[in-house]
Amino acid sequence: MSEPLRGIVVSHSAVAQSLVAAVAAIAGVEDALLPVSNEGCDERALADRLTAAIGGKPAVLFVDLPGGSCLTGAVRYARGKVDLAVVTGVNLAMLLDFVFHRDVTPAEAARRAAEAGARAIRTPAA
Amino acid sequence: MSIVLYRVDDRLIHGQVVVGWGQPLEAGFIVLVDDEVRASEWEQDLYRMGVPPHIEVVFASVEEARRRLGAWNADPRSGILLARDIDTFAAIVGDANGLIRRINIGGVHHRDGRSERLRYVYLTDAEANKLRQLAARGIEITAQDVPTARAVPLQEFV
Repeated sequence: MSEPLRGIVVSHSAVAQSLVAAVAAIAGVEDALLPVSNEGCDERALADRLTAAIGGKPAVLFVDLPGGSCLTGAVRYARGKVDLAVVTGVNLAMLLDFVFHRDVTPAEAARRAAEAGARAIRTPAA
Repeated sequence: MSIVLYRVDDRLIHGQVVVGWGQPLEAGFIVLVDDEVRASEWEQDLYRMGVPPHIEVVFASVEEARRRLGAWNADPRSGILLARDIDTFAAIVGDANGLIRRINIGGVHHRDGRSERLRYVYLTDAEANKLRQLAARGIEITAQDVPTARAVPLQEFV
């Protein structure tokens, strides 16, 4: 793969922007992720924003909720495109893992990111 | 309880509907009226993903909605009926026999030819006229994206 994958974080309001900023602050990686908000969008407008962010390159779409307009828009957009994969339930841990493991296929990156995100959800004793 | 919310929302089933309205209304079922979604199993699976298992999702064509509106209103559970546009409601209301008394405009976003009426409501002049016609039939039309917001009367946004 000539160019590392990019991640597109798709969310309600400014969640995506904040997650992308947090990854840059923690990891120092600033070119791996782009935020897309669904603010003010119907499905067509969200698809336009995704097109602009993806730029025709292989990518993983990280969606905030496992249901809702961000997911329906992202899955509909990615349908039938082998160079796109979708993960739901985005969290900071999965993005931090993703930005350091981008020389794989979108499907592999999505699977790995989902596992990393799930591992981060715990209930530690206080 | 019957259908307690009739909503125009071009995002159809999404967070505001399932969580914002579904929780306080204790919704037991959601009716999604859309000919295209009704014809596609894949689209239906996609919309079901956003709904917790205790809420039934019914997919109906406009024609089915006309026929089954009475049955849904006899359901003991609280229901939400969704359509993506005003035309769909105009088509259903014709056969509703007064069952639809209020319509909530929850989200109609920007498209060519539409102008902003509220932050989350963009309408063409034709759509605004259709809403006036529905109101003239005695249906209360308000815009309200989430239950905690003010219900904006029709005359304030058309």
